[in-house]
Amino acid sequence: MNSLNKYFYKSLKISLDKRSKYLRGLIVKTLLSSGRGHVGSSMSLVEILRVLYDHIITFDPKKPKLKNRDRVILSKGHGCLALYAILADKGFFSKKELLSFCKFNSNLGGHPESFKVKGVETSTGSLGHGLAIGVGMAIAAKIKNEKHKIFIVLGDGEINEGSIWEAALSASKHKLDNLKVLLDYNKIQSYGFVRDILNIEPLKKKWSSFGFDVSEINGHNIHQIKKNLNNFFKKKRKKPSITICHTIKGKGLAFAENNPSWHYRSSFKNNDIIKMQKYLNNIG
Amino acid sequence: MREACLNTIYKLAKKNKKIIFIGSDLGPGVMDNFKNEIPKRFFMEGVSEQSIIGIASGLAKEGFIPYVNTIATFLTRRCFEQIVIDICLHNLPVRLIGNGGGLVYAPLGPTHMAIDDLAIMRSIPNIKIIVPCDAYEMKKTIQNTVNYKGPIYIRLAKGGEKIISNNKNLVQIQKSNFFIKPKKYLFISTGIASQIALEAAKYINKKKQLCGVLHLGTIKPLDYKTVRSIIKKVKKVIIVEEAFKDGGLGTSILESMSENLKSHLYKIYRIGLQNKFISNYGDQDILLRHNKITIKNLSKMMLK
Repeated sequence: MNSLNKYFYKSLKISLDKRSKYLRGLIVKTLLSSGRGHVGSSMSLVEILRVLYDHIITFDPKKPKLKNRDRVILSKGHGCLALYAILADKGFFSKKELLSFCKFNSNLGGHPESFKVKGVETSTGSLGHGLAIGVGMAIAAKIKNEKHKIFIVLGDGEINEGSIWEAALSASKHKLDNLKVLLDYNKIQSYGFVRDILNIEPLKKKWSSFGFDVSEINGHNIHQIKKNLNNFFKKKRKKPSITICHTIKGKGLAFAENNPSWHYRSSFKNNDIIKMQKYLNNIG
Repeated sequence: MREACLNTIYKLAKKNKKIIFIGSDLGPGVMDNFKNEIPKRFFMEGVSEQSIIGIASGLAKEGFIPYVNTIATFLTRRCFEQIVIDICLHNLPVRLIGNGGGLVYAPLGPTHMAIDDLAIMRSIPNIKIIVPCDAYEMKKTIQNTVNYKGPIYIRLAKGGEKIISNNKNLVQIQKSNFFIKPKKYLFISTGIASQIALEAAKYINKKKQLCGVLHLGTIKPLDYKTVRSIIKKVKKVIIVEEAFKDGGLGTSILESMSENLKSHLYKIYRIGLQNKFISNYGDQDILLRHNKITIKNLSKMMLK
């Protein structure tokens, strides 16, 4: 862990408020019901999505295709448990439906599909697709002179994909200041730590050299996320922007935090189930 | 054919504000008229084909009709996943126009020769595959694509083909087209193979009017109704395609026949490319000859 990461890691250990714990509780219930899921990858995302839906974006759960809605694409589709939790919480579908996750007739699969889940803009799962689609949407908004914004949530492992950097070039070329990338930088991908598998640093310089306005925040700090995203709406940049959100994989579940083995589980051991149930009991 | 294609897109775009053109890194001057007159809807995004497909998806989701043009192999091979997920899974009205279908890029070698494109695209749900035989059919096809639902792959052949489809006025997506009605023999073909099949049929018919040609401008979905009904009536059928025999037009017809027309399977012969990389160069005509996709071989095989 380099010095920057050490600093951020310490600051990321902040305690979570009731709402963050509640949303994580929905995820844990979903995990327990289905017996599988991307645990760590969803937990790191909760505050990013929470702030977007609670404070930033325009949407109407009763009219998911509302013309002037802001578009959110979860490009790291495997983090969908966090997205499902916030969409259910906002009333796009019932919270009860969360318990059907990955079951035969469910609308909620292991990756989100736009023609099944209200509020999902595009189906994702295979990594490296969301940014280019978002670039297309942002260009469309420019052509039509529409004022809504496009938010793309990327994973850190995901930016190993070359297609991300192709799309970044186009975003920059077209000065897409209506496009905001939120990078969930939890430092862990499937096999282990990102730095050991395919180092993506220096991240800030990289995105900056691709023509993006770059900022870096604590991705679990509600106030920082809110301030950063409010700035996005206020500041005129004439370029696309990215917020590098430093996060902890598995955040909130002490036993899963910063532990690569909690990236994905296709089944849970009894011990895991007990730990998750204990988490639910503690948050009440 | 390419000129007819791009020019038709330009003319349509002048009237229809939903039409967008996206190229990768096409030759200098391509679509200058579009670029100069409708710059807001003209995009040349460089050698970034995967991203281009994603961008087209985003634009289509917002109500536009993107026409994407680049070399066929770069579209079908490199962007396979983007085409499957970003376009076809969402059944979006993106038109993918592949330059150099078949053996057109013979001198440029196996990286550029799109001989597997039909097999690749046929495997994807929702997409339609159109392989016009000349510039007239291409023009009509492009005109018909504007309001067509879902994604379409359009294969461009070489330029300067003889016009063989204009006197029929029957050019429609998903409809087959009899260039000559058959009596005893029938060529079923697509793309510029229909040009060769037509000449072969004319040669055979010099003595006696026996041989017909059924051109399938759309190979997915296939006009099975016409295909099956005519196969029943003739003695011998040769399917001709400038593509791998595996997975293309012939495969599609045989798949359908194995379910519905088993007793007529004995009539079917096929001419196309073997499933191997082409190690020669030259030009399209040389490689067509090398692979026996010629008027002489077609007529010889039919009369054998």
